[in-house]
Amino acid sequence: MELLEHYLSLATKAIFIENILLSYFLGMCSFLAISKKIEASIGLGFAVIFVNGITVPLNYLIKEFFLNEGALSWVGVPSLAMVDLSFLSFITFIATIAAMVQLVEMLLDKFSPALYNSLGIFLPLIAVNCSILGASLFMSERGYDFGESAVFGVSSGAGFALAIISMAAIRFKLKYSNIPDGLKGLGITMILTGLLSMAYLAFSGINL
Amino acid sequence: MDKKARAIISDPMVDNNPITKQILGICSALAITVKMEQAVVMSLALAFVLVCSNVIISLLRKGIPGKIRIIVQLTVIASLVILIDEILKAYLYDISKQLSVFVGLIITNCIIMGRAEAFAMQNNYKDAMYDGLGNAIGYGSVLIIVATFRELLGSGTLFNYAVMPASIYLENGGWYVNNGLMLLAPGAFIILGLIIWVQRTYTHYIEN
Repeated sequence: MELLEHYLSLATKAIFIENILLSYFLGMCSFLAISKKIEASIGLGFAVIFVNGITVPLNYLIKEFFLNEGALSWVGVPSLAMVDLSFLSFITFIATIAAMVQLVEMLLDKFSPALYNSLGIFLPLIAVNCSILGASLFMSERGYDFGESAVFGVSSGAGFALAIISMAAIRFKLKYSNIPDGLKGLGITMILTGLLSMAYLAFSGINL
Repeated sequence: MDKKARAIISDPMVDNNPITKQILGICSALAITVKMEQAVVMSLALAFVLVCSNVIISLLRKGIPGKIRIIVQLTVIASLVILIDEILKAYLYDISKQLSVFVGLIITNCIIMGRAEAFAMQNNYKDAMYDGLGNAIGYGSVLIIVATFRELLGSGTLFNYAVMPASIYLENGGWYVNNGLMLLAPGAFIILGLIIWVQRTYTHYIEN
């Protein structure tokens, strides 16, 4: 019960209070490009949840069993037990993400064509989405354990999805408003994101 | 330096600025602009990675098979980022702690991938170097402008030196208070939105 409570508060924190997009600015590029269309935003949002939920725990396992200092001691060779490969974490994380994205794409194509058709085009985009690598780096920096990294992966993805879908809805309404020429497109989107992020600041009063 | 080289360098500074026009690399532009110091270090780190990756990828461009080019590009970029991360940890430990995951996130900074893909893959290494330099300067200047506003309005300092006279502050009997919003995420979004507005009014660029 206590564990569940801990996971719930971690999830609430990752979705609302420390929203990966609105308070850490990760994944802005695809957020700005995709939020023009609602359907595409929903697709990308779910793809991020999906990929984040897989890669963050996977990167945790890789870090724990290969990269950390002394992590290789399970091999049984004494000289390997001293090796510290943590400087390789960037390159391993990004390689894992790229490989996972490719794998997920192929599996979806084979087993669930319907899901593939709705998520398919967004999957390649995701390999270079900062919010995916960012979630893995936060996991490593904050020292989450396996359960926590799984919860954090899914909920930071959910935070991203929530932000991009609400932004798409706002931009849909925006089509009918009269905006100064220079502010059209990127400018007004940045200012709106600022207002959205201000709204999310209200959650920071929640005590967990 | 001939005319073409000068054009390649100067074009991304104003007219084709990576942040305000190409919409690349916005995540880090927002996240590490609370203080000038961080913004300058980040710009230098990005300039190093961008110039080196452009040159290396341009030299390799004929040998990279089209299908796996993204992975090759990511590997080159990730190796350079590991290098810069180790250098920062060794010589500027405090700043590298403040930049936290954002050094690692240079890997997925869209400017680097974007320039590698759009420019370095088609041009010789000299032009690629100029292009990297120009884009790095364009990126750095936006970063420094945003950071100037955020640090000045948010903490009343520049490079940690107090700029606002102490006597005008409310607690010393004056009328002035720092704008705390500038230190938080919404301030960054709104400042960048306004800068984009100014830049686009100046270059007469209108987005549809």
